[in-house]
Amino acid sequence: MSQTTQTLTVTPGERLRPNVTRRRFLKSLSAGLLIAVSASPIVAQEAPEAPEGRRLGRNRGPSQEGPVPIAARIHIARDGTITVMTGKVECGQGARAEISMAAAEELRVSPDQIVLIMGDTTLCPDDGGTYGSMTTPRTIPSIRNGCAAARQALAAIAGDQWKTKAADVQIKDGHVIDVSSGKQLSYGELVGEGLAKAFTQSPSRDVQITTVTHWKVLGTPYLRSDRRELVDGSHVYPTDIVRPGMLYGKILRPPSYGATLTSINLSAVKSMADVRVARDGEFVGVAGPSYTRAQQALDALAKTAVWRQVPHISSVELYNHLKENALNGIPQNPFADDLLKAAVSIRQEYHVAYIQHAPLEPRVATAEWTGGNLTVWTGTQNPFGVRGDLVRALGISPDSVRVIVPDFGGAFGGKHIGDPAVEAARLARGIGKPVHLRWTREEEFTWAYFRPAGVILAEAGLDAAGVISSWFFVNINSGPQGIEPPYRVGRHHSGFLPSDPPLRQGSYRALASTANHFAREVLMDELAVAAHTDPLAFRLANLESSRLKNVLRTAADKFGWAAQSAKKIPNTGVGLACGTDKGSYVAACAAVSIDPKTSAITVTRVTEAFDCGPIHNPAGLLSQVQGAILMGLGADLREEIRFDNGQIANDNFADYAPPRFADVPEIDVHLIDTRDVSPAGAGEIPIIAIAPAIANAVYSATGQRIRQMPIRLS
Amino acid sequence: MESAITLTVNGQKKSLTTDPARSLLEILRENLHLLGTRFGCGAGDCGACTVHIDGKRAFACQTPAAEADGKSVTTIEGLAHNDRLHPLQQAFMDEGAYQCGYCVSGMIMAAAALLQEKPNPSDADIRQWMNPNLCRCCGYVKIVSAIRRAAGAGR
Repeated sequence: MSQTTQTLTVTPGERLRPNVTRRRFLKSLSAGLLIAVSASPIVAQEAPEAPEGRRLGRNRGPSQEGPVPIAARIHIARDGTITVMTGKVECGQGARAEISMAAAEELRVSPDQIVLIMGDTTLCPDDGGTYGSMTTPRTIPSIRNGCAAARQALAAIAGDQWKTKAADVQIKDGHVIDVSSGKQLSYGELVGEGLAKAFTQSPSRDVQITTVTHWKVLGTPYLRSDRRELVDGSHVYPTDIVRPGMLYGKILRPPSYGATLTSINLSAVKSMADVRVARDGEFVGVAGPSYTRAQQALDALAKTAVWRQVPHISSVELYNHLKENALNGIPQNPFADDLLKAAVSIRQEYHVAYIQHAPLEPRVATAEWTGGNLTVWTGTQNPFGVRGDLVRALGISPDSVRVIVPDFGGAFGGKHIGDPAVEAARLARGIGKPVHLRWTREEEFTWAYFRPAGVILAEAGLDAAGVISSWFFVNINSGPQGIEPPYRVGRHHSGFLPSDPPLRQGSYRALASTANHFAREVLMDELAVAAHTDPLAFRLANLESSRLKNVLRTAADKFGWAAQSAKKIPNTGVGLACGTDKGSYVAACAAVSIDPKTSAITVTRVTEAFDCGPIHNPAGLLSQVQGAILMGLGADLREEIRFDNGQIANDNFADYAPPRFADVPEIDVHLIDTRDVSPAGAGEIPIIAIAPAIANAVYSATGQRIRQMPIRLS
Repeated sequence: MESAITLTVNGQKKSLTTDPARSLLEILRENLHLLGTRFGCGAGDCGACTVHIDGKRAFACQTPAAEADGKSVTTIEGLAHNDRLHPLQQAFMDEGAYQCGYCVSGMIMAAAALLQEKPNPSDADIRQWMNPNLCRCCGYVKIVSAIRRAAGAGR
């Protein structure tokens, strides 16, 4: 990997309301630019074009994760301003706070003193996409190593200046101190050629990061430094970008999935002097001085469009379709002989519906061309991947594209892709003006990708001693994540079979771990009931991992499982579930009540225990766990994408019905701070136990076994 | 057809000539560049665009400009007094009652209208009043705590 030194160019006043981070960074640059190193070559990092659409996730090839020169990560200005740069993004999951804390810990300053630039492909190193719970295990170590190396360089330079022995040089509160003489220098005062030279190096392997027992910043609750902007309305989301001369854009969408444009009459908008149109094959976009005007123009154009439509699978045919199209057919259970002789045998089928991420900020991009150079502001979990999308779609060089990702309004795995960025850039190029392009809620529910639906076929045998003797578990279409059971299961096979998904599908918080845990944990309940065993005792007897047993015992104790499960109150019930994935461990207990007249399910109480290793930010982690519990509750009780004739039937919040205040049960979260292991990510795994815990509670209340998400009571 | 619209926004008189069918949300964002009021659904299903019109909670996306003509509109930008945050803003900040924060402007404006009508709401009151507002990060627990904290601070 070669390195090039480049001067940072940031256009002054590039936003109507430049956010504080960027303003402070500009100020620090003017106060004395040290050096900025950007890793290169960019071209080599771009993956070949991946087939679009019908596949899970999209690997855009190797990102340039790994050690980067200190200067690519940290900038120290003469006025002492410390700027840290990362390709990770903030979309509500808490990366801004956590990364600021990690940098502050190693640099011995307060996290509010860290200016953190995130998700800017020109300013930041590529730390990989923000997904897969990888910020904590992968990016935090990079940040800590870089900042610890910077701290060591500052100490060494001060020691050289003072000619003091290394043991007498200490670092505290943003200063280097000679304890033998009492002399001290601020970081800003140490800025110079020596530091610049040291910062061209990558952190060495033996860089000393702060051990858990010495943490002062990490491990204590912290709220992100831009918290005031979030409450006074001044935070700049991608949707809040305003550029001089900018128009508001709309894209012509097909009336149904798979429809192709036969003809269109662009002169339909000729009389609208303030509207501009661009067409490039199937791509037709309009832009006007307001979204209302753009919509009027789009409506006029759409009236003239002639489409060729094609048949499309509907949601009522979904599960049969997925089974019929399972790759290479559905395999036979190789342990069928075991089921014949088992004391208890169960064969069941579980269904998981398509759902939408439905982040509150719709997908949005603002694109501006300056000469042949393109800048796009957009909300994406993958800024470098979106730069690659733009390069491929527009046939331009990576050097001429800059993607900037302001902290944005929610993703949940739904914003890996650059669709609105590419659309805004094409439209902006076509009309010769900057374009703001924000999807409507209906577009969100139709043209964004979905969490894959799935069918899970599971068969298990239990011998007379209550030992699971065989386990056969096949997931069709939704994915392989979390498919291996954490239980001792004798002879076993777990497998994932791709199918022919009727909808565009992709990532979602925890991926298929939710589906696989749902089916497995309901099946475990079925086995426990068949064996006349308490579901808690049955799990504990068959689990291997001590950390998983610990979260399960903790959740059960705090919930009062023994007493609660012994109660027999009509139309109420309790259930539990547990699981592990990506190095985190979770267990949940749920209580429900059922309206006997309407069959409406109310979740009255949830207790969840979660262990992701050493906790970096207890405040952020609590938010993530509380949010995951409620998001999981929504997908368990109601959320389901329905489709017919290639159209989405419930393309709005009223019909899709995500969780609201009225759905919030009593929630009790227990965070287990296991300090002698490596930290694991926490944004996803707290969601995986909630659906089966509720489903099992509904069974205990009604006697009706729940084998589909969302739950339907007959 | 365009017509003249005059609004008082955060205490300042604003006049413009525009299509009166455009929403107040568009006027605020696109004409007045008051960007703290946000688009979430365009249908009154999420509350991200909540403002006060003549002191009452309203969805800016569901209010045609013509309907707001001559009225007084308060947005999130008008809630703080100089540098002093409204107690709800302070409480949301201190409680960490945000994840992505995109719903927060609407949440605070809705809650401010609640506290004007009912300075000491119960948790059930809060949930019922706030139910039209969506938080897709599902940060409802901390939002209720923040509103409770602000109500307590106002006592």
